[in-house]
Amino acid sequence: MMNLTLKIWRQKNASDKGSIVDYQVSDISPDMSFLEMLDILNNQLIEKGDSPVAFDHDCREGICGMCSLYINGEAHGPDRKVTTCQLHMRKFKDGDTIYIEPFRAKGFPVIKDLVVDRGAFDRIQHAGGFISVNTSGNTQDANAIPISKHDADKAMDAATCIGCGACVASCKNSSAMLFVSAKVSQYALLPQGQIEATDRVLNMVQQMDEEGFGNCTNTGACEVECPKGISLENIARMNREFMKASIKS
Amino acid sequence: MSKSTILSSSIGRKFAMALSALFLMIFLLQHFLINLLSVFSTDSFNEVSHFMGTFWVIQYVMQPVLIFGVIFHFVMGFVLEIKNNRAREVKYAKNKGAANSSWMSRNMIWSGLAILSFMALHFIDFWIPEINIKYIQGDMSGLLDPTLPESGFRYFEELVHKFENPIRVGAYCLAFVFLALHLLHGFSSAFQSAGANNKYTKGMERFSKIYSVGVPLGFVFIALFHHFNH
Repeated sequence: MMNLTLKIWRQKNASDKGSIVDYQVSDISPDMSFLEMLDILNNQLIEKGDSPVAFDHDCREGICGMCSLYINGEAHGPDRKVTTCQLHMRKFKDGDTIYIEPFRAKGFPVIKDLVVDRGAFDRIQHAGGFISVNTSGNTQDANAIPISKHDADKAMDAATCIGCGACVASCKNSSAMLFVSAKVSQYALLPQGQIEATDRVLNMVQQMDEEGFGNCTNTGACEVECPKGISLENIARMNREFMKASIKS
Repeated sequence: MSKSTILSSSIGRKFAMALSALFLMIFLLQHFLINLLSVFSTDSFNEVSHFMGTFWVIQYVMQPVLIFGVIFHFVMGFVLEIKNNRAREVKYAKNKGAANSSWMSRNMIWSGLAILSFMALHFIDFWIPEINIKYIQGDMSGLLDPTLPESGFRYFEELVHKFENPIRVGAYCLAFVFLALHLLHGFSSAFQSAGANNKYTKGMERFSKIYSVGVPLGFVFIALFHHFNH
């Protein structure tokens, strides 16, 4: 069992200044998930009549992209290729001090405590993250369209992005390029995505810039911290697609 | 979005930054190779320096392009740094940058500023006197004494003279350490920005390490060689 000091960002609402507040938690099992540890803290706070710490979570099995948290200076904590809900307390030691902060970016404003508004990602998706399919009755079976194994694998790898925002949080420039490039790539690699290819990359990049995300300087932090291992190769592909589309349009 | 907005987009800016970086790296290599001649042959170094300093394509086409490339690269570097700082208004209380990225990649602005400071010294040492002699005094002869053809070219003598002062040599060596740090991230980063991430990337990264360490180390060798041999 572990006793821990937690330094947690508390902020009442979007306009509050916010600050780090210290908490002590005891008898934490190494088999607990990180979010279960926070549940225990919240139970303690509620019993004392304090406001519980607000944090995002949903599926708690690493597929929804809802949980976030910047733990001890890293998005989703010290483990690799896991989301915060998949992080276990065995990664920490008895007596540790753990900093827990929200994902920080101008494009991800804090709503309350550790909860940030990641609606910017939805707006980027709306700008071009879709394909048009003729559903008039003679729609071609997707399985009947030949796609090379290489392209299909790359597209599927890009499509594993869960849009959690760890790339933005980890990037020293708060760049959203890994997320946007994954969404651009998953369509750019498939024949179904070719119809809107030019408009898609131009519109999604324009929306990304309007949301206030920074410029990518290729530090590679996003790729390292991404829970789904999305590759920087996607950013290079998006750069190519963007320049090609800019010349065409 | 039209073509005119390329430079106002984040990808357009990084693409332009990459192109200017690739151009500057080609320039740096030819500068290094010419300087290296000074170690092996005084006459060859003088001949090539005179050619570079008087051939109209170099002087009136390539030199303005180079000056534009240098100014564009550092101005855009500052612009991107300011924009990127604004993209995170509240900083983290605890951030482990070293856990996921190299020191070089996170400090390009500082290594860049060190190189920019060195360039000011380099311009005062070589470029401004050169412009003064050629375009203000009007002496295009390249001779030590323009009235005496047998006095020989002045380029090697000027180079050796500049490397007499140990403080200047130390400053040059330090600047090249920063240049190596800047290139260790910048070289491969330029290719990634230009959209080149493919089966050749691993090989290119190996070459980028050789270039990024080899070229600055070569410049350091040339400075020390002339300091200790003349």
